[in-house]
Amino acid sequence: MIGLEISHVSHSYGSRKALDNVSFSVAAGRFCALLGPNGAGKSTLFALLTRLIATGEGHISVAGFDIARDPRAALARIGVVFQQPTLDLDMTVRRNLRYFAGLHGLAGRQAALATEAALEQLGMAERADEQVRALNGGHRRRMEIARALIHGPQVLLLDEPTVGLDAASRQAITDHVHLLAEAGLAVLWATHLVDEIRPADQVVVLHRGKVLSDGSAEDLAGGQGLAKAFLSMTAEGREVPA
Amino acid sequence: MKAWLIALCAIITRENLRFVRQRGRFLAALVRPLVWLIVFAAGFRAALGVSIIPPYQTYITYEVYILPGLCGMIQLFNGMQSSLSLVYDQEMGSMRLLLTSPLPRWWLLFSKLLAGVIVSILQVAVFLGIAALTGITVPLSGYIAVLPALLVSGLMLGALGLLISSTVRQLENFAGVMNFVIFPMFFLSSALYPLWKMAESSPLLHDICALNPFTYAVELIRFALYGELNLTALAWVSTCFVLFMLAALWGYDPARAMLRSKG
Repeated sequence: MIGLEISHVSHSYGSRKALDNVSFSVAAGRFCALLGPNGAGKSTLFALLTRLIATGEGHISVAGFDIARDPRAALARIGVVFQQPTLDLDMTVRRNLRYFAGLHGLAGRQAALATEAALEQLGMAERADEQVRALNGGHRRRMEIARALIHGPQVLLLDEPTVGLDAASRQAITDHVHLLAEAGLAVLWATHLVDEIRPADQVVVLHRGKVLSDGSAEDLAGGQGLAKAFLSMTAEGREVPA
Repeated sequence: MKAWLIALCAIITRENLRFVRQRGRFLAALVRPLVWLIVFAAGFRAALGVSIIPPYQTYITYEVYILPGLCGMIQLFNGMQSSLSLVYDQEMGSMRLLLTSPLPRWWLLFSKLLAGVIVSILQVAVFLGIAALTGITVPLSGYIAVLPALLVSGLMLGALGLLISSTVRQLENFAGVMNFVIFPMFFLSSALYPLWKMAESSPLLHDICALNPFTYAVELIRFALYGELNLTALAWVSTCFVLFMLAALWGYDPARAMLRSKG
């Protein structure tokens, strides 16, 4: 089953083309790493996937719903963790989650159950009544992932979610999101760090707005290792195929 | 529809919790009009005589005259404060969270706007309470009748803030808003002096005041405080609300956002 399908999507800021004919799909139960150096177009793609911006070129569908024609149905099936933290630091963890539940139309007992389930899932139940300001970076990120899961999405988008975290927190979050994919979510994980990717993961390499490669990490790495393969594909001066 | 109301309640609860937590903002919102009411009005009382003009039935003191204008001032500052927090939210990312909710964007922005208006009405209620303690009162029924007027004027001023936040992308640019929006709107209105008094000094300034939507917000509040409905003011304020809101929604339209974003 296809969780996320991106088909011939292009987007420009004035004369600068940020995305050029981007196509790939992520099946339910797959962890897909969107790998690209800074400025590759990852954040633009995320803004399009969450309909913060719209484009007239190409199609995006989430769990079968076209984001341009049926944005509400598509957005209801997406959980998103942005690169920038989007938490209210002065509210408690639980209060932050309840606010988000409300934005997705969950209230009362339904919201309470969904909040507790998300907190349990991310091992954050004990911190639920603490102010977010008191949490470290790793716990804040975990909380954002918990929040993204509250409404039971089918697709989880994470835009460089481990930026600024220590090695242990990065490892814990990467492992956890892999488990979420194994449980059936379609996960799109934007990163430029190859050590967050496992051999069986799907990898889409995005460079200067174009998809250079779409396949398993193992195949992409060949015999030389993923980091080397990625660097050689995106090295300065290397031509980007038309 | 239930989901729409749940989201509205969530946004209102969040804004009110934030407001209650920000005691400094609450105090500033009260101190500003109270300084005008207690200090400036005492000084200006002798200089500015106010004759009998509707809705007043008799000669009034200057403090009584500026009371509605100061209510409007609270809402004007609150509208701009909300606008500032929207710009902050856009820079910090929490606006993204709001806009990725599976509800129509216009409803989410309207909910945010309404939440800010409720905060401003709470501020005005406390201000009117303190004014009453100092002996500046209005008829008892006026305290109830003013609520819908405050709602409409708050929506108009909040929509103006929303519109500004859709065009101002960085916090650093916000000082300009203070200089070019708040102060001209406040001083070129009937908040501090009746329009006929302004006409005596400068017909041009009088005409500008007469075009200023804030003038009509103040007059709507003024008449409501005395249990009267100023239809002209209501029509002006409502029309401006619709125009500002439509322009703000246009500014926040995702298809338009692509023209201004950097990626």
